[in-house]
Amino acid sequence: MVRFLLTRFGGAVVLAFIVSTGTFFLLSTAGADPAAALLGIDATSAQIAVKRAELGLDAPLPSRYLNWLGGALTGNLGTSWSTNQQVSSLIATRLPVTLSLAVGAILLSSVLGITLGYISAIKRGWLDRTLQFVVVIGYGLPGFWVALVLSTVFAVQLGWFPATGYTPFTQSPTGWAGTVILPIVALTLGVAASIAQQTRDSVLDVLRQGYVRTLRSRGLPHWRVLVLHVLRNAAAAPLGVISLQFIGLLGGAIMVENVFALPGLGTFAVSSSISSDVPAILGIVVVGAVTVVIVNLILDSVMAWLNPKVRTR
Amino acid sequence: MTTPAATPAPAPVRRGTARRLLANPVGAASSIVLVVIVFCAVAAPLLTSYAPSDSALKDVLAEASAAHPLGADGSGRDIWTQLLYGARQSLIAGTIATAVAIIIGVPAGLISGYRGRRLDTALSWVSDLVMSLPAIIVLLAVISRTGPVMPVVMVAFGLLTAPFFYRITRSSTLAVRNELFVDAAQVAGLTPLRILARHVLPTVRGPILIQGALVLGMAIVAQAGLEFLGLGDPSTPSWGTMLNDALRNIYVAPQLIVFPGLALGITSCALALLGAALNDSLSRRDTAAVRPAPRAKAPRAASATTAASSDGVASSDGVASAAATTGLSPASTAGAALVVDGLRVSYGATEVVHGVSFTVQPGEVVGLVGESGSGKTQVALASLGLLPDTARPVLRGLGIDGVDATGFTDRDFRRVRGTRIAYVPQEPLSNLDPAFTVGYQLIEPMRHHLKISKAEAHNKAVALLARVGITEPEATMARYPHQLSGGMAQRVLIAAAVSCDPALLIADEPTTALDVTVQAEVLDLLRDLQRESRMAILIVTHNFGVVADLCDRVLVMRSGEVVEQGTAATILTAPQHEYTRALLGASLDSAPSRRDRDRALTAASAVSSTDSSLTASETTHA
Repeated sequence: MVRFLLTRFGGAVVLAFIVSTGTFFLLSTAGADPAAALLGIDATSAQIAVKRAELGLDAPLPSRYLNWLGGALTGNLGTSWSTNQQVSSLIATRLPVTLSLAVGAILLSSVLGITLGYISAIKRGWLDRTLQFVVVIGYGLPGFWVALVLSTVFAVQLGWFPATGYTPFTQSPTGWAGTVILPIVALTLGVAASIAQQTRDSVLDVLRQGYVRTLRSRGLPHWRVLVLHVLRNAAAAPLGVISLQFIGLLGGAIMVENVFALPGLGTFAVSSSISSDVPAILGIVVVGAVTVVIVNLILDSVMAWLNPKVRTR
Repeated sequence: MTTPAATPAPAPVRRGTARRLLANPVGAASSIVLVVIVFCAVAAPLLTSYAPSDSALKDVLAEASAAHPLGADGSGRDIWTQLLYGARQSLIAGTIATAVAIIIGVPAGLISGYRGRRLDTALSWVSDLVMSLPAIIVLLAVISRTGPVMPVVMVAFGLLTAPFFYRITRSSTLAVRNELFVDAAQVAGLTPLRILARHVLPTVRGPILIQGALVLGMAIVAQAGLEFLGLGDPSTPSWGTMLNDALRNIYVAPQLIVFPGLALGITSCALALLGAALNDSLSRRDTAAVRPAPRAKAPRAASATTAASSDGVASSDGVASAAATTGLSPASTAGAALVVDGLRVSYGATEVVHGVSFTVQPGEVVGLVGESGSGKTQVALASLGLLPDTARPVLRGLGIDGVDATGFTDRDFRRVRGTRIAYVPQEPLSNLDPAFTVGYQLIEPMRHHLKISKAEAHNKAVALLARVGITEPEATMARYPHQLSGGMAQRVLIAAAVSCDPALLIADEPTTALDVTVQAEVLDLLRDLQRESRMAILIVTHNFGVVADLCDRVLVMRSGEVVEQGTAATILTAPQHEYTRALLGASLDSAPSRRDRDRALTAASAVSSTDSSLTASETTHA
């Protein structure tokens, strides 16, 4: 178990390293000269040269990379080109907002998706057919559009929730809930649909296994077989989906934050992208990759706990 | 039970698939919707009199009118026109991304699956890496350098979704690669390229189509999402920029979100539904003959007349009364370990067991013998109430250890399973729950039935393991099924079956999946346990060696009927029925492999039996 997790951890570190390095070189080499882009078309070449030196772009690429990597490893992601603030502190204030949405949505979707998928696999019939339909709708409707509809109906028209803005949890838990509930619901629909589908298929598959029949042959209570044995064996597949869905949710959160004007990584990423703020974009990619890696590690541990083949190798 | 002898031919997407897709209402509806959307995009100039850039200050946020059937947006542009031209943008963007993803993903998957080894490891690693990237963040990074140039962004999106195609192509290629006919083709001197094109591509075409529909939908949504974020060209009409406009006017004109959102949602749902329908029609092709039958959880009691009719559902809502009128007379159940009277089992319209009756006396060992597909496993499972949900069992009477079980529901069966009637399955390793230790699986039924403490159950389980011949019982308690050999797993299953002291053990080919040396040991174990506890055994087998070794009496089944029964000695020495003689002859050949024996049997019974569907359905359900 420990060895398995250590291997996974090593892989995760390598992954985060490769993603950030790849992004660094992609952003440093492709496209127009960022100094000229920042100064606009009226800038003279002397002004551009000064700007390049100011941004540290006059140094050779390898030394810029090592510089950046050294900083990143110590938590210093550089200075934003458009705001002159520390990228690390900009991200630190915005990350909780995005994580509130993504984690809230993944928890809600997991509970909803696994429950619905499990029940419809056990009960079948009309419930199952309804779920199949809802799953396609949930999968097909774009999350940001659902967010737009929810915002229009429940915030703008009915005024039940604030349409824009964010209240930190530490300031007011109820205020916080009011500002994140609609975004979370908007994100949940599609993810819950996928998890429900995966759970349903997985439970149906386990129900067909020989050991379920053999467990039933021992006269065990129905619920014991269905809850303890079937659910536990069926849980691996939806967990695999959850880690993929979480990656998608980070992207979804970016969209939804813009609908509700939440000061998260998403709004920051969009404005940085528009202003070609390379250090900011790099920082966001690194934080995104690290977040994904941590979530995958957590899910791997749960997976190992569920599956003795992983644990006892 | 037997592996299908025929080489699975590559299953190409035939014209039949397209027809089946359109016959499926969901497939037809989603195809029509998509055709309409494509038509709107192509014929946009014919369907509106405005140019996409036409705007008029007086029309800003205009309501629906004759001039503007859906109203006008925040810049005074006609919404209907924007929708039509927006469809173009969406379809072009989606097509670029999907094409790139297929062009990269499919060849990579083919090579990876076909060549394997290090290249496969490397490509799979890259694929996993790409899949763990949050796509939108990567696209924002791309846009920060290239600006919002949609074709470039969609190429990037194609690269990010290529792993979807890589994975399905790789796994299909791997599966085909391991089939015999690829080896044969190699021997015949075909180049890898021709083998891939001839044998592999046809099988992956279906999954690629399904995935293509899904990725197309994802790309269209992603493109609209980026433009919605303001990362598009505001002068080019698209559904995303329309939604961006709607968000800016959300307080004054909330209705603006409706039409672009619907267009996007309908397109994306239609593609998802098309994918699902494609999946259906492709998998339907593989299992064309199997139609789901109405569900039946437990054998239903039925009068002799309804049992004879093909539709035997008559008494399901009157189980009690039916049991009272058609159940067993107390005299016939009294004392017997198992009484089966008039059992019929059908799957859909196909009946696979045609009225089987027999009795197993206490302490008696009865062999149920027949070739694969004779229905013997169906009889065994029906006695336990454990047939698959698709099966429809009908019987005149059932008695288990003196209890009238006619018309038992699943709940009723649970009271006798484990304590009065127990089951040993055929494949030991797939019949232990992989997620729990051996100890847990032994203790669980004892605690439930015998109401004993955990410690007591643990000690009993250790003793049981020792009794069934496991050398390290304490250590084995803590092991998981994947750490056991087949023979050990079967001993554990036997221990679990006898743990609550059943009067009758039903063993379904308990040695078939084991090595020859282990087979004899397991049979010895069963015989010893039977002698110690005087429990009755109904043993399903195709092997007359087992019969000679163990059985007091034998029932010979063919095509769902008992053709002969008698004492083991009589059947072995003086078989009356020609089928028994054929079985016996095939069984006594020197060291026959299963395949040889099955082939011999098939040849022997081909003369009188034409029911080939039977084999198919037992293969599926047994």
